[in-house]
Amino acid sequence: MKVAIASGKGGTGKTFVTVNLARSHMHPLVVLDCDVEEPNSNLFLTGELVARHRYSIMVPQVDESACTGCRICADVCEFNAIAVIAGKPLVFEDLCHACGGCAVFCPQEAMTEVPHEIGTITIRQAGTVRLVEGLLDVGKALAVPLVRAVKNYEKSTEGKTILLDAPPGTSCPMVWTIGDCDAVVLVAEPTAFGLHDLQLAVDTVREVGIPFGVVINKDGLGDARVADYCQEAGIPILGKIPHDRQIAQAYANGDMVVDSLPQYRQLFTRLWTSIEHLVFSKGGSHG
Amino acid sequence: MKVAFTAAGDTLDSAFDSRFGRAEKFIIYDMENGTFTVIDNGQNFQAAQGAGIQSAQHVVASGAQALVTGHLGPKAAKVIFAAGIAAYHADAKTVGEAVSMYKSKALKPLRDADVEGHWV
Repeated sequence: MKVAIASGKGGTGKTFVTVNLARSHMHPLVVLDCDVEEPNSNLFLTGELVARHRYSIMVPQVDESACTGCRICADVCEFNAIAVIAGKPLVFEDLCHACGGCAVFCPQEAMTEVPHEIGTITIRQAGTVRLVEGLLDVGKALAVPLVRAVKNYEKSTEGKTILLDAPPGTSCPMVWTIGDCDAVVLVAEPTAFGLHDLQLAVDTVREVGIPFGVVINKDGLGDARVADYCQEAGIPILGKIPHDRQIAQAYANGDMVVDSLPQYRQLFTRLWTSIEHLVFSKGGSHG
Repeated sequence: MKVAFTAAGDTLDSAFDSRFGRAEKFIIYDMENGTFTVIDNGQNFQAAQGAGIQSAQHVVASGAQALVTGHLGPKAAKVIFAAGIAAYHADAKTVGEAVSMYKSKALKPLRDADVEGHWV
């Protein structure tokens, strides 16, 4: 079972829900922190380092002696990463999406692909939770390949439950994170901003066609607009987490709420039941 | 000799655009006979990425030997200088004003990128 925890708006509580769900799971499970621009599940899921390695994408390198300056590489590139000036290609690695098109179409075979490091993948073991996170290097703009590399890890997980902490927003890194998941949990806060960005996320998840439901976080803040919207749109509300100062304090201390505030354990246990219902009965909202 | 100016419109009265990669137009002004042509840069105005690089290639293709703009980012600068184009910084209100400043040699040459990418 693969479940992504996503949202439109940042700061609604994706990581909070992810790590507390992980901790309250009965069996060993895997958390993939796909928020590669700011992975922070590791602040809560602390444990021993299992492995760490650098991650590279393949970018083109030009053999100027073979290049005739025909410009085909620059025309092929959808990402404006190659300019041909005075008969010579200039490659901008930071813009390259590593599609390999330029090397395929170069009539002179003057393009070879060489590794270009963009980030680090770290694997930790925190009790029964295996945490895999991607961390994009500062200044690098290309999150998707690293998200895919983190997701690639699931191949070695032998049917374990996987939680994916998604990046905020609704652009490519989020879409790549939720793609091929069995269910998506959208964390929303009950405010005007929260509703606006939830609607964007709902549109995106519907487009991808994955069962989903909503967790209302900081319930009691704002008003009932998110709950009303979910009811009208036929979206199941999987759980509500109260706007409670004790939760904020525990979270700010780097504590798991399910550890330090026992009254909330049942909330996350019930959330698991709702998620399983979503996955196995396909009872959620579809596209 | 032709000189490229970043512009918000099609005439010399148009506002001079201090942005390079996401300038709406380029006015290519011929210093010998005082005529000019306009290159639409709308595609790069809205490009997801690499606007500076593509805009610089437009300028190279126009045959301009000099560029007058507000600021130049590192990737655009790499292309402009690789093509041997001289770049100048102007703080002008209109394109016509920038042309006059160029003619009177009142402009400061840009020897390198003077801003980070995405500086606006």
